[in-house]
Amino acid sequence: MAPKRVNAVVVGAGAGGGIVAKELAEAGLTVLLLERGKWNTPFDDLKDDLRNQRLSALGAPFGPDAARNPRVVADAPGRDRVVYPDDWAYNNNAACVGGGTSSYGAMAWRFMEQDFRMRSTYGTVEGSTLDDWPISYQDLEPYYEKAEWEIGVSGDDSKNVFRAPRQRPLPMPPLPPNREFEILEPAAERLGLHPFHIPMLRNSVPYGGRGPCMRCRWCVGFACEVNAKNGTQNTVIPKALATGNCELKTDCMTREILTDSRGRATGVAYYDGDDHLREQLSDLVVLSCGANESARLLLNSKTMLFPSGLGNRYDWVGRNLQGHAYTGAVGVFDSEVYDDIGPGASIAICDFNHHNPGMVSGGMLANEFIRLPIEFVGRTPPGTKSWGREHKDFMRRCFKRSIIVMGPVQEMPVWDARVQVDPSVKDYWGIPVCRFSGGRHSNDLHVAEFLSAKAEQWLKEAGAVQTWRQLPGLGLSGGQHQAGTCRMGDDPKASVVNKDCQLHDIDNVLVIDASVHVTNGGFNPVLTIMANAYRSSDRLITNWKGTKFR
Amino acid sequence: MSPKGRFTRREFMVAAGIVAVGSSVSCGKLIGPWRSLTADEANTLASLCGQIIPEDHDLGAVSAGVVNYIDIQLAGHFKKLKGIYRRGIAELNVRCIEKYGSAFGNLSDAQQVEFLTAIDSSKSARDSVLQKFFWIVVEHTMQGFYGDPRHGGNRDRASWAMLRLPYPPIRGRFREELKAAGTRV
Repeated sequence: MAPKRVNAVVVGAGAGGGIVAKELAEAGLTVLLLERGKWNTPFDDLKDDLRNQRLSALGAPFGPDAARNPRVVADAPGRDRVVYPDDWAYNNNAACVGGGTSSYGAMAWRFMEQDFRMRSTYGTVEGSTLDDWPISYQDLEPYYEKAEWEIGVSGDDSKNVFRAPRQRPLPMPPLPPNREFEILEPAAERLGLHPFHIPMLRNSVPYGGRGPCMRCRWCVGFACEVNAKNGTQNTVIPKALATGNCELKTDCMTREILTDSRGRATGVAYYDGDDHLREQLSDLVVLSCGANESARLLLNSKTMLFPSGLGNRYDWVGRNLQGHAYTGAVGVFDSEVYDDIGPGASIAICDFNHHNPGMVSGGMLANEFIRLPIEFVGRTPPGTKSWGREHKDFMRRCFKRSIIVMGPVQEMPVWDARVQVDPSVKDYWGIPVCRFSGGRHSNDLHVAEFLSAKAEQWLKEAGAVQTWRQLPGLGLSGGQHQAGTCRMGDDPKASVVNKDCQLHDIDNVLVIDASVHVTNGGFNPVLTIMANAYRSSDRLITNWKGTKFR
Repeated sequence: MSPKGRFTRREFMVAAGIVAVGSSVSCGKLIGPWRSLTADEANTLASLCGQIIPEDHDLGAVSAGVVNYIDIQLAGHFKKLKGIYRRGIAELNVRCIEKYGSAFGNLSDAQQVEFLTAIDSSKSARDSVLQKFFWIVVEHTMQGFYGDPRHGGNRDRASWAMLRLPYPPIRGRFREELKAAGTRV
């Protein structure tokens, strides 16, 4: 039986793909949503502190399956090693329905206006491909709002004087403050900073037919047991399926995008759950696999017309891989500050995102998520042994008496920080795997030093008796905040997709995920991925009504 | 006491005075059976884990079942590391016999700490294999002690009790409860 033709194949049911599938299906297009992982439900969530998205010592429950999905990391020239998802160097994000949004911490940041104009704001930076986005904050603003209301965001950023203008407040109030908020808020105000409630994709009150957060200890890295965390798996994907126009297939590994002799996409080839190779014909192909896997799929779709992969005529696919260099400080107080109330992260400042004297970029700072003991063992002050009596004493003394303030440095995109496909290592299905090489720009560490000093200052003002910094290294950061590998731009020679997220070369292949981010903000990127997915879907539907891409 | 009216292991050990405090070699009670390790390997590993998280007025790695955790995982998620453990334990003993004339488990507390401190900070090429092994054991010991009891370690939730984390965990709260100290509703 010949497979049924659909209007659009969307590869990847994460933050971007879930939204695209829903928007297209509601506009009347037939959609096949392919996901290589499974659909985890909150009911089979095990709340396992050694097996979750943040700590995968005993495996990565949100995927991908370790045995089938190796990757290669080039630590130094000629020193490649094969890694699996339980290794941080794997640069994993989840592979399941909802993608990272089923287990994330759920911070829901809008980027700031300058974040879309980094080159105009700071000029060229030596050793970086820093550039402006071809779209502005104003282009995304209505779609940020749509994401906030349709997926569901709680919080209150009215006291954030640095925020970009918004038309509508957040749909839900913030959760009641925890003890860390009460300690850090007055301290920040005394320092002349502007603290506020972090916007979160988490129900603080009943919303979207689901109940509010029950404030447990297992938050970031875990699926929510009461389904109060809002991801695409419990919002837009069910809506997409309810239209009757969208079919979701899990356990399906896409091998390549199929193109015809004119160089236009005709569909995809994928392995289904029984490992049979299938072809799905379609008018459009949308890649929403995350920055690593979207690049891999383009690079693996080589043809006579596109010998170095689709969209890769000028060698931009897979380059500029960026995430966030996390930086901050730990503060120890002379009394207990731990209150066992999740999600823990509650208060943030955006005073240091931009306009830092003599500095390019910056980042927000926020208190850390509630932590489990195993996640605290590595937070020792400099000079403290990582084992023995000294370490046990550290755990007893500091676990309940510490506050951690951290933040993501807006990274400088680097040409050589990249994803390629490995020439020899293949996955279970025989598809060449991601190979990572390169590292961060030195500016990221410079900003990290600056931000961690600010975090330390904040903690000291709050009464910390001892503080120490947490600084990142120069390693690649293409994990949960992976972005940048299929840059959006107006110049086909210096980017991969246009403003509407279509490949410059092939107008019926789109990349709609963080791959298209020119720069990744000093914030968790998920709300921007969602907003851009809504915007690009809008553009796509308008185009569809005109040409039908045939 | 457990609901069935029996003593829990910890209560029994405390009552019977088995939990040794301040003994020259700080090791807790090791309980097999072993799936991946030999009895000798388990004993040596227990001495090593016992230095990484020693026993004191709170349980340490050995009493909390860290060796059991590692043994179970070596038959499961860590099965690729079995050779590293086998060679690492052997190398540890060889080096201790060389330096002190005695296997690691038979050294005094001070000697064990001295040896491990030297390995931990060594820059010599000869120590690099043992050092790497030691760091792996440190990581696994932390997982076995502070991680979830379902994986064979953190027996009787020893580490959570030490840190005074409520158990059973508070899974949800009513809004009234959030009016307690430290929260304002």
